[in-house]
Amino acid sequence: MLSAIDKRLLQEVADLHTIPQGAYNIRKNGQGLSRQTTANIDIVTKIDKPGIDVIVKPGTKGESVHIPVILSDSISDLVYNTFEIGAEADVLVVAGCGIHNTGSSKAQHDGVHEFFVRKNAKMKYVEKHYGEGDGSGARVLNPKTVIEVEEGATVELEMVQIRGVDQTVRDTEVRLHKNARLIVTERLLTNLDQRAESNITVELVGEDATAQIISRSVAQDNSKQIFHLNLRGYAKCRGHIQCDSIIMQNAQVSAIPEIAAFHSDAELVHEAAIGKIASEQLMKLMTLGLTEKEAEETILQGFLK
Amino acid sequence: MLELKSISLTLADEKNEVQILKDIDLKLEAKKTYVMTGPNGGGKSSIAKTIMGIYQPTAGQILLNGEDITSKSISERARLGIGYAFQQPPRYKGLTVTELLSIAAGANDLKQQCDILFDVGLCAQDYLEREINASFSGGELKRIEIASLLARNLKVAVFDEPEAGIDLWSFQKLTETFERVHEKHDTTLVIISHQERILRLADQVIVVSDGQISELTTAEEFLSEIERIDLNCRCRDDCIKGEMANAECN
Ligand SMILES: Nc1ncnc2c1ncn2[C@@H]1O[C@H](COP(=O)(O)OP(=O)(O)O)[C@@H](O)[C@H]1O
Ligand SMILES: [Mg+2]
Repeated sequence: MLSAIDKRLLQEVADLHTIPQGAYNIRKNGQGLSRQTTANIDIVTKIDKPGIDVIVKPGTKGESVHIPVILSDSISDLVYNTFEIGAEADVLVVAGCGIHNTGSSKAQHDGVHEFFVRKNAKMKYVEKHYGEGDGSGARVLNPKTVIEVEEGATVELEMVQIRGVDQTVRDTEVRLHKNARLIVTERLLTNLDQRAESNITVELVGEDATAQIISRSVAQDNSKQIFHLNLRGYAKCRGHIQCDSIIMQNAQVSAIPEIAAFHSDAELVHEAAIGKIASEQLMKLMTLGLTEKEAEETILQGFLK
Repeated sequence: MLELKSISLTLADEKNEVQILKDIDLKLEAKKTYVMTGPNGGGKSSIAKTIMGIYQPTAGQILLNGEDITSKSISERARLGIGYAFQQPPRYKGLTVTELLSIAAGANDLKQQCDILFDVGLCAQDYLEREINASFSGGELKRIEIASLLARNLKVAVFDEPEAGIDLWSFQKLTETFERVHEKHDTTLVIISHQERILRLADQVIVVSDGQISELTTAEEFLSEIERIDLNCRCRDDCIKGEMANAECN
């Protein structure tokens, strides 16, 4: 049922070597390929538009949902997925999109993911993008993620895209209620003529909400990256943006962090840095026997880890 | 044996070219310990970096056991067994201590890494998985730097002010470590230092000032005459009177 290409795509975007344990829904070329639900996690196809509803029962602990999307044809695919993470649940959600495009026309996947993370629930959401194939057709991915984090809930977002995707605009919007916690880790590497834009807006509306955004990127060749990272504090809250880019060759990077406070007890910090690899770092590793190329790879790998 | 033959080095800063090293001749023999000392800005680090290939000399030759290595790259010299522990080691984002030590040793030997960290006064459990980033203090960074050289099997090891930022307790361990390297291995050990305890490890003390080797002596001799050396600015009175541009004052 799964071809060798499918399997590789799944492994890249969801670390899946075989069909996953727990709940999953695999979507291929715009259609559901296979699905499994568990006693605690239900997956239902939407009726009004393409996409699924994932419902995690309150109190569900230590379960995972994998919802990878793979494209091996030059098609445009658009889905709307909704996630209901019940109160006190603790789950891992692994999404991600792998594109194998050998054709000359564009392969595009746009996903709108909406999450409701209920009271005291914990969710880790991992989204990986991966593109391959030697066709001239572009590989395009535009995810939009909207997350409502209720009182006392914790959300960890891990967003990774390392090479292979020609164009991406990633929009992420999060609202944090009382005592809610958010940690975002973004890892991006673009090369060739790739374009990537990441817009993250976090509204801290509840008392003692905390948010931390750590974005690290490497821009190589002629690629371009734009980051708009925005923290908005409407209550006593704490937020921290760290946006760090390594720029190489003829690449361009714009980092536009914004912090806005609407409450005198909001504490918001942003740090942004763009620079090339420090020559001392390269030199030190070369004095240990690495070539310049190996030293560079070691530094980039560590940086994006 | 490592030999520097008539080494000169000119570097350009923002405004002009400056001659940093002037016609240096130096023979460093296997199994011997050399301590290089002398006033700040004298050229000690520049000599070390020229040995490592970080700086390319404008004139002269460097020979390792008779082989001319002057045009070899940093990486090539590293693979020939030359090592340099930086005076100001870099920090990274994401590289851990165990990763650095594995690169240095060319293998991932946990037992060896623990022993080495012990030798530089760090507890392996606390440090192996730590990133060598801004959270490291100057002293911690220096110890990791020293460790990265101890992990290697070197013919020539140059340590650039290894004691900087290191407390008294760990310092004792450090000198013992250098003594052991000296006894056990065939390494040519070069330590750039101003510490009496380290000076006493030296078979020979190399005094570097004003881009030249001003003296080759023993620790005993050096320590007995240090009090008599006058390193004060020679034009201080003129400077004060404003009769001399600071640039000419040295
Ligand atoms: N990269 C460089 N560019 C220009 N001048 C340098 C550079 N590195 C060192 N120097 C100068 O060379 C001289 C010797 O420096 P250094 O070798 O670091 O001395 P030491 O280690 O003995 O304190 C100093 O005057 C220093 O300012
Ligand atoms: Mg120095």
